[in-house]
Amino acid sequence: MGTEDNSTPIEVKHLSKSFGTQKVLNGIDLSVARGETLAVLGRSGTGKSVLLKLLIGLQKPDAGSIRINGKEIADLDRKQLNEVRKTVGFLFQQAALYDSMTVEQNVEFPLSRHTEMSAEDLKKRARELLASVGMEKDLEKMPSEISGGMQKRVGLARAIALEPGIVLFDEPTAGLDPITGAEIGQLISQLKEKHQMASIVVTHDIHGAKQFSDRVVMLNEGNILVEGTFADLEKSKDKFVVQFLSNAA
Amino acid sequence: MRLYCGLSIVILAAAFTAGRSVPAGQMGDSLRAAAAYIARFFEWFGEFGAFCARVARVAFTPPFEFRELIRQMDAIGSKSLPLAALAGAATGVVLSLQTRDSLTRFGAKSMLPGVIVYSLIKESGPVITGLVVSGRVGAGIGAELGSMKVTEQIDAMEASAVDPNKYLAATRVLACIAMLPLLTLVADCCGILMGWIADTLAEPISLRLFLNMGTNGVTFNDFLPPTFKTAVYGAIIGLVSCFQGMRTQGGTEGVGKSTTSAVVLSSLFIILADVLLVRLIIVFFP
Repeated sequence: MGTEDNSTPIEVKHLSKSFGTQKVLNGIDLSVARGETLAVLGRSGTGKSVLLKLLIGLQKPDAGSIRINGKEIADLDRKQLNEVRKTVGFLFQQAALYDSMTVEQNVEFPLSRHTEMSAEDLKKRARELLASVGMEKDLEKMPSEISGGMQKRVGLARAIALEPGIVLFDEPTAGLDPITGAEIGQLISQLKEKHQMASIVVTHDIHGAKQFSDRVVMLNEGNILVEGTFADLEKSKDKFVVQFLSNAA
Repeated sequence: MRLYCGLSIVILAAAFTAGRSVPAGQMGDSLRAAAAYIARFFEWFGEFGAFCARVARVAFTPPFEFRELIRQMDAIGSKSLPLAALAGAATGVVLSLQTRDSLTRFGAKSMLPGVIVYSLIKESGPVITGLVVSGRVGAGIGAELGSMKVTEQIDAMEASAVDPNKYLAATRVLACIAMLPLLTLVADCCGILMGWIADTLAEPISLRLFLNMGTNGVTFNDFLPPTFKTAVYGAIIGLVSCFQGMRTQGGTEGVGKSTTSAVVLSSLFIILADVLLVRLIIVFFP
């Protein structure tokens, strides 16, 4: 399922989105190259999660262009959009596991719908994926029976089930203790090394962002304040950035 | 009839707008607030119509979700069986108890089996089944899909390139359509059986004689159209409940509102549809 063309996996130009009178994204530009992880930082309610939902077509932008693997999202019909979605994995903030299915069935779900695998191969692949995130012992458990950190691991296994070329992470370490948060961060780094995925990680976790990102952008009031490496962010004299980093330290 | 329809529209408007705050103070006058209510009322119908069209389209487009359909038929059909049977049985007993006195007064006691059977198969059985199933299944679907919406499970499904209208809505709607006529048959049978028991306790009569007297003159036109009209009730329950569940906003409060509105609206639409369907049955199956 990985991308085979040479186009930039994620390319956003002049993207704007408002809810009523509240402008959450104000003409932002960003791009992510293959094998690169971009961390998006910013205060709550600054449109970070909205950005991810716009990228995958769950919400419609007011203006601007979103190109995923060279395809303009706004021009696609539902069928074409679904083809693009198969190349993008999405880890939701609360994992969003299907609560009527077991852990194993959650991971099998996208595979059973988009591959021609036999039932036996589906199980084998789901178990491999769950083993890669350390969840091979809880196959038969329901999502309500496992902890928040474990749910995120299962969500991660489900997000990469179709071997996407792009993975979007919405607050992957939010609500987790520091040790579990660091483990999830390590998993993201390992997956990037292994699959050379382009990733966007929306997070408040400065330490995590430093650990797993190649580049960071800082969003505030719908605009990008800083874009560059983590070192560039630390060097910034912008009042908001300085305050954000000092409060997070 | 006019009064009935007028009242229904008022109740419908109240149900759609219940729990939604209208910034009447900001808008300045109550007329504008009323206009907003009316606009929301028609907006609901527009969105509901578009949703029905989407579900109808994806329901008959391969690949089909047979496994999920079977699961829903079990959840909606077999798990509603005791409820439908009990509701039918209670209706049979009540019909027997209530009509015995009236018929005795007019010297038509021998018509009691016929009254029970006709009443059950033509109207009471289908409507009672529709209403009790709309309570159980409508609440279940509204709450389940509402919870899935607020916990982003529906977004996750869409992000996995799976159409929630197909996987979640179409399967539930088809299961409701298939199961309602079967549940109605069960309710009819239980009602007739319990009607006989109540009747025979008051004045002994054999089951065979009761059935012979009750079904004397009953044709397929008396039995099949009322039974199959419940497929329309099934469509109403499935479509309204899925629609209300999938448009849930907010947290647990939103789920509560969706659940309530799913039950209220589907019950109300069943009663309204019944008026229309009875008229159509009289015209086409005289």
